[in-house]
Amino acid sequence: MASLNLLILVCLGYVVILFVVAFGAERAAKRGKAAWLRSPLVYTLSLSIYCTAWTFYGAVGYAARSGMEYLTIYIGPSLVMIGWFWAVRKLVRIGRSQNITSIADLISSRYGKSTLLGVLVTLLAIVGTTPYIALQLQSVTLSVASFSVADATVRPLDDQNSTALWVAVGLAFFTVLFGTRNLDANERHHGVVMAIAVEAVVKLFALMAVGVFVVWGIGGGVGPVMDRIDASSLGEWQVKPDRWMALSALSAAAFLCLPRMFQVMVVENEEERHLRTASWAFPLYLLLMSLFVVPIAVVGLDLLPAGSNPDLFVLSIPLAEGRNGLALLSFIGGFSSATSMVIVAAIALSTMASNHIVMPIWLSRQPAGAIVSGDVRNIVLMSRRFSIIGVLFLGYLYYRVSGGSTALAAIGLISFSGVAQFLPALIGGIFWRGANRVGALAGLVTGGLVWLWCLFLPSFGPDVVQSASVMEEGPFGIGWLRPYAFFGIPGIDPLVHGVFWSLLLNTAVFVIASLFTFPTPLERLQGAQFVNVFDHTAPTRGWSGGMAQSEDLLIMAQRILGATEAQEMFRKEAKGQGLQGYLPEPTPTFLLVLERELAGSVGAATAHAMVAQITGGATISVEDLLAVADETAQIMEHSSQLEAQSEELTRTARQLRTANEKLTALSVQKDAFLSQISHELRTPMTSIRAFSEILRDGEEIGPEAMAKYSGIIHDEAIRLTRLLDDLLDLSVLENGQVRMNIRSGRLREVLDHAVAATGAGRGRLALRREGDEGVALTTDLDRLAQVFINLIANAQKYCDAASPALTVRTREMDGLLMVDFVDNGAGVSATAQEMIFEKFSRVGEQQAGGAGLGLAICREIMARLGGSIAYLPGQQGAAFRVTLPLRGAMAAQ
Amino acid sequence: MREPRGPLFLGRGSYRQRRLADAARFLPVLGAVLLMLPLIWPRAGDAQAIATSTAMYYVFGCWMALVAASLILAWWLDPTATEPKGEDDPVRGG
Repeated sequence: MASLNLLILVCLGYVVILFVVAFGAERAAKRGKAAWLRSPLVYTLSLSIYCTAWTFYGAVGYAARSGMEYLTIYIGPSLVMIGWFWAVRKLVRIGRSQNITSIADLISSRYGKSTLLGVLVTLLAIVGTTPYIALQLQSVTLSVASFSVADATVRPLDDQNSTALWVAVGLAFFTVLFGTRNLDANERHHGVVMAIAVEAVVKLFALMAVGVFVVWGIGGGVGPVMDRIDASSLGEWQVKPDRWMALSALSAAAFLCLPRMFQVMVVENEEERHLRTASWAFPLYLLLMSLFVVPIAVVGLDLLPAGSNPDLFVLSIPLAEGRNGLALLSFIGGFSSATSMVIVAAIALSTMASNHIVMPIWLSRQPAGAIVSGDVRNIVLMSRRFSIIGVLFLGYLYYRVSGGSTALAAIGLISFSGVAQFLPALIGGIFWRGANRVGALAGLVTGGLVWLWCLFLPSFGPDVVQSASVMEEGPFGIGWLRPYAFFGIPGIDPLVHGVFWSLLLNTAVFVIASLFTFPTPLERLQGAQFVNVFDHTAPTRGWSGGMAQSEDLLIMAQRILGATEAQEMFRKEAKGQGLQGYLPEPTPTFLLVLERELAGSVGAATAHAMVAQITGGATISVEDLLAVADETAQIMEHSSQLEAQSEELTRTARQLRTANEKLTALSVQKDAFLSQISHELRTPMTSIRAFSEILRDGEEIGPEAMAKYSGIIHDEAIRLTRLLDDLLDLSVLENGQVRMNIRSGRLREVLDHAVAATGAGRGRLALRREGDEGVALTTDLDRLAQVFINLIANAQKYCDAASPALTVRTREMDGLLMVDFVDNGAGVSATAQEMIFEKFSRVGEQQAGGAGLGLAICREIMARLGGSIAYLPGQQGAAFRVTLPLRGAMAAQ
Repeated sequence: MREPRGPLFLGRGSYRQRRLADAARFLPVLGAVLLMLPLIWPRAGDAQAIATSTAMYYVFGCWMALVAASLILAWWLDPTATEPKGEDDPVRGG
């Protein structure tokens, strides 16, 4: 048998190793050489503080008593981590973006940085965690005792109490040393995290070693062990469905809500992507931890004398087999499970206690309006140290009071259900914008009271706190308040009963109170930031600066963050604002950054109160509230506005470009026209001059020649007149000086007139007329006919098909008369389409001798008539559409 | 005009990431269902009660499968890829 002295020596040696590891990690982190500290593996292993001594020893005992039910404790957290995409990722993101220091800080911060909520959560967490710490002390004590059974020099009872005391003192020392070294802005403890990662490996290795020994060393392999299991009293599936479900849900809830889990999972998280590794590695760790539990339990039940404590099978099987080395390893495993849990729990609770209880009290004792005085840093650190000692002392006290006899698992589950009361406020807070402070408070109080009444107080045993008569008949004979039979429904398993009613009532009160009360502006701001943490990481404004004095803020910040850190931060902020020196303007943004920084050290509520003390209170502008009220809608509106603006800009740019091209083309065209028109005018002029000279000078011209020459002069003069007439006509139309001759008639008559005037249908051009031409018109029929004549003449001139044909198609639609002139020629090229209605534009080389004014005149006429003429692309040949309104066509004239 | 060849659907990468995120959300539900299935098994006292060894094989088997699935998802899934980076990010369109 290992002697007690050896045991103490081993423990001390192990603790020294832990100190060295923690110290080394701390040093490495300080020097910035801590890449390996930030590996996802360390993060995953640190999560394993979920597996405490309760798990290490208690799971086997649990299995020995109720078979496979112990698995529920691992299934819940496994599913939470596998489903990290739902809650854990959001919690971590919120924790990082808001500088959250604990679960109390998260809940208080979410619900308007409420001090009261912070206090309530802290108190409930302390009450819920104390039994758990007692449990760890008890397990270490029991394991020491099982070693010392054979050691006659030890007096059993006294020694157990003193063991617990010494363990508590040692843990307090370690925690104070490494847990309160720095008041870091992000509250990370590299030394502690590294130490618990090492402990995670130790406990897994120890439990696996015992498991392997039991299965292959004693049992003779997997097959025989499985047969042994089936043959034992645990051989048949005996899990109760209600407990299976309730405990799985409970452990999942506790995994999220336990202060120590929150500490390692959210606060100590270095990088969000570590979650990806943890999402599969942590369930795997839990699987390995629970793999050998049933074999150990069954073999223990077989091997050891009846009546031996199954909670200690992990230890007593190797001892009974004379494997002292293995027993020692197993003891170290249990010891490390206990210590890591106590250390982290104490750190988490002390942070909560100092930030949410000590600091608010200390602040309220400061004279109102005065600048924070004294060294706050020291106060925070001292309050943390005393909180750690206080928490451990409470644990020890609970251990003494409860007598250290209750089955380990029972205490653990009661502890779980206590902290699970945070779940509605926590989950509601990160997923539901409507959750508010009143709801969270009411829900927590309700759930907490039900838990106290149904689970916590009865856990001390009958007649310790609650008398047996209360248990039987209810308080003052009120039957429906019996702790194990709420609302007169008896027969439910006490634990399931307590968990069910406390969480149900908690959630119901939380939701109903939230629905019927109104949140403060700050709550709505925080709510929006928490729920939509993935959407907008940009901070919203909370402070209106101006009154705040930068110097006072610097003085305060120095006291909390430390002189160098605070000055560095202020200098950086000032530089960011473009200022020299250490004093930035107290802009809302700067105040927000400062408050976040402070929150990392003293918690959101306290930081808020401190900044408020100097700035004279927070004001939230109407804009802020509007922003909160519908940020999403606003963002979307903003985005669509931008989109519309950019579209409009694109459109304008396109229009400008088109206009520019047109102008350039027009200018080119004008030049071309000038030479064209001079040519057009010169040609007849030249012949007129030449022939008139002949007439003037020639004596021997016969009358026949004279008649011919004067005929030519006459023709050329007519051609000139026509050209000048067209120019005049266009200029008159363009200036709006034209007088319209409004008459009524039918479209057919107008078309007939135009066809007759052009001689179409009799020459080469075949004419086809479609549609109902009997439409009555009231317009300037002569001008309309002029347009038609022009179009038909154009077709005659330009249609280059072998057998040219023109289709005139009439249609009436929406009060508009549309007459299309479609020929079967080559049409007008895309580039020319834009220009054909401009003056002097002609398509292609001119062989038909027009001046390029026809279509321009048509356009002007149609505009005068209230209609339009346009080129119709996509037809077989050139196509023009004349559009004329049928009613009120002349209203504009 | 010739249509450009290749996949018509744009944003394949982010679409795949969103579906992976859906899978990551679905996995715990699947796990819960699988691990609650034993509740309908015949229990001790019943003539056809399931042996504990069978139960162990089932539970640990499911558990191991979940771990493997989670490992594969963690390997492929880039959580930041499913977050909107800007107001015009196509990811916003779910």
